[in-house]
Amino acid sequence: MSEDAILKLENVKKYFELKQGILSFRQPSLYVKAVDDVSFSIDKGKIFGLVGESGCGKTTIGRCISRLETITDGKIEFMGRDISGLQKKELKQFRSNMQMIFQDPYESLNPRLTVFQSVADPLTVHESGQSQGERKDAVFKALMDAGMKTPEEMIDRYPHELSGGQRQRVAIARALVVNPKFIIADEPVSMLDVSIRAGVMNLMLDLKEKYKISYVFVTHDVAIARYMSDDLGVMYLGDMVETSETDDVIMNPVHPYTRALLAAVPIPDPDYEWEDVPIAGDIPSPINLPKGCRFHPRCMYAMDICKEKLPERVEVSDGHFVNCFFAEELYASPVKTPKELGLGSLSPEYMEGELEEGEILSGQDGE
Amino acid sequence: MLLDVKNLTVNFTIKDGMVHAVENVSLQLDEGETLGLVGESGCGKTTLGYAITQLLPDNARIIGGKVMFKGKDILTPSIKKNGSLEGYQAEIRSLRWNEISMIFQGAMNAFNPVYTIGDQIDEAIRIHKDVTKEESLERIKELYDLVGIPSDRINNYPHEYSGGMRQRAMIAMALVHNPSLIIADEPTTALDVIMQRRILSEMNKIQKKFDTAMVIITHDVSVVANTADKIAVMYAGMIMEQGKIGDVFKRTSNPYTEALFAGFPNLRGERKELMSIPGDPPSLVNPPSGCHFHPRCRYAKSICQEQDPPIQQMETGQLSQCHFAKELQAGTLRREVR
Repeated sequence: MSEDAILKLENVKKYFELKQGILSFRQPSLYVKAVDDVSFSIDKGKIFGLVGESGCGKTTIGRCISRLETITDGKIEFMGRDISGLQKKELKQFRSNMQMIFQDPYESLNPRLTVFQSVADPLTVHESGQSQGERKDAVFKALMDAGMKTPEEMIDRYPHELSGGQRQRVAIARALVVNPKFIIADEPVSMLDVSIRAGVMNLMLDLKEKYKISYVFVTHDVAIARYMSDDLGVMYLGDMVETSETDDVIMNPVHPYTRALLAAVPIPDPDYEWEDVPIAGDIPSPINLPKGCRFHPRCMYAMDICKEKLPERVEVSDGHFVNCFFAEELYASPVKTPKELGLGSLSPEYMEGELEEGEILSGQDGE
Repeated sequence: MLLDVKNLTVNFTIKDGMVHAVENVSLQLDEGETLGLVGESGCGKTTLGYAITQLLPDNARIIGGKVMFKGKDILTPSIKKNGSLEGYQAEIRSLRWNEISMIFQGAMNAFNPVYTIGDQIDEAIRIHKDVTKEESLERIKELYDLVGIPSDRINNYPHEYSGGMRQRAMIAMALVHNPSLIIADEPTTALDVIMQRRILSEMNKIQKKFDTAMVIITHDVSVVANTADKIAVMYAGMIMEQGKIGDVFKRTSNPYTEALFAGFPNLRGERKELMSIPGDPPSLVNPPSGCHFHPRCRYAKSICQEQDPPIQQMETGQLSQCHFAKELQAGTLRREVR
């Protein structure tokens, strides 16, 4: 990733302290390491897809970038400036360049405000100093940009009078009205119906082309992330396990977690044969993370070193970063099994194929 | 034939009038078969599932049609004069859990939080079968083994289970009496993708082993693409197209099915531009005249607005409710400019 980076994260950490009641001073504090040592950058006019399962910290990163959360450690640079020190006026300026779109368009719009009021609100907050006429033009333009062909029919409606797709378009218009350079979209289409979803995704792609807006696109759906993003980051329990160009990650996944995640994604093609999903167990609690690599208890390739040390970031090819001790080996031989690679001495048994053939439940007679 | 739904029509009476939730729907299912019932929210897919198991709310009215299960009409005896369902009918009660089970949407809330999961499964077992507490516990252990939950978790409360475990417990409960039919309403929607795959694989295996038929109700086409034998695509209360999964995917004969598939991103293969469907799904209180999909259909002609589309049998075997099904399948249907 080049010098044109609009956003840069360096070793960003965000820990949440757990409150443990009045006797908590007696015990050492517990932390949820929601984001742990994450680095990546986003170029101007590009979309960075952030994928992972629930609780992996992808939303927290979005909130840190927009300074809705203060980071515990590390550095976030936006347009060349460290955002952690921004004060009132600068913060406002920063936020007018950095807008958010949230998951639930039913909750992110104030039910008491009309569409016009909702979309015009950021102009008031950011004291744009426009006349009434200019504001109206700006709101209309934003609504048109968000795909509302006839804004004059929309502006006096309240959110409950709109469909889900229309609401999300209003939320997008509200983000666009201040001409942001960057948008954080947190699961923006996951509440929308399939027939509407594609329209909203294509709209966001059009806006990227038209205004060179960059996005962080947070989603749990890898197929959607692939469609939307130029670069992809895969997260697991606060750790960014793999980043690269989107199709590089999809076609040549290296990290064992990425491989399992991709293998589990259902494919809308009846001829597609399911691959095995090489992963064991469940996501552990983020409070007491396993020592060493946090994926090792579920990893098919795990060796002794994995439970002792945290893996470093390895660049396996240009711009393709993987957090794994065996990244080079895995990259070099993408289809070899752990055994063939001589790895996986710690490997746990995983769940696929658990039901043995011919194993029949007893107690069935007498029905 | 295990399940034969014939011309089923279900309405809801609400303040604003009637919601036409399911309109003249017919579908068939054989033993051991899996049907994927797909559609967007509010298309009537869950109502259809609930009508089969007679779990509809009080304001639902069955206007017409039959549900035949193993050759016997299970719906008619329960219908009251006004079309609503008589609660606690003996016929359906003896079938529920024994012959037909349900896996509910959002296993998060499907269990009662103040009883242990073991107690709740125990209840389902002993209500239908005269067994001792110990025998029932044995059965629960077997089932837990089958779905992959450690048996020392039987006496936990629902909040002590993870989402995936709750969904598995739900599946275990659906299996207590080895039913012939399981209706699974969005069984994996609330789960992460790895857990989703596991649950789907487990359901598939269990189904094969016990020759259980299943209806999977979902909005996610990719979930049924690899798990179902047949697919029925619903839109605005109607089944637009149904047939063998390969036929419907590859020899699509309905514009809605085509548009739905074209709006789905694929992790594999080329990155294709997704097609969106203009407009929004219609209100089912006042559905559009003629074909319900015509206001959003890119092929719609004036006949689509004026006349209800016939259900056409295609050469490939599937059924399509569209005036131009044959032309669409043959690739000779032209888009209308609007």
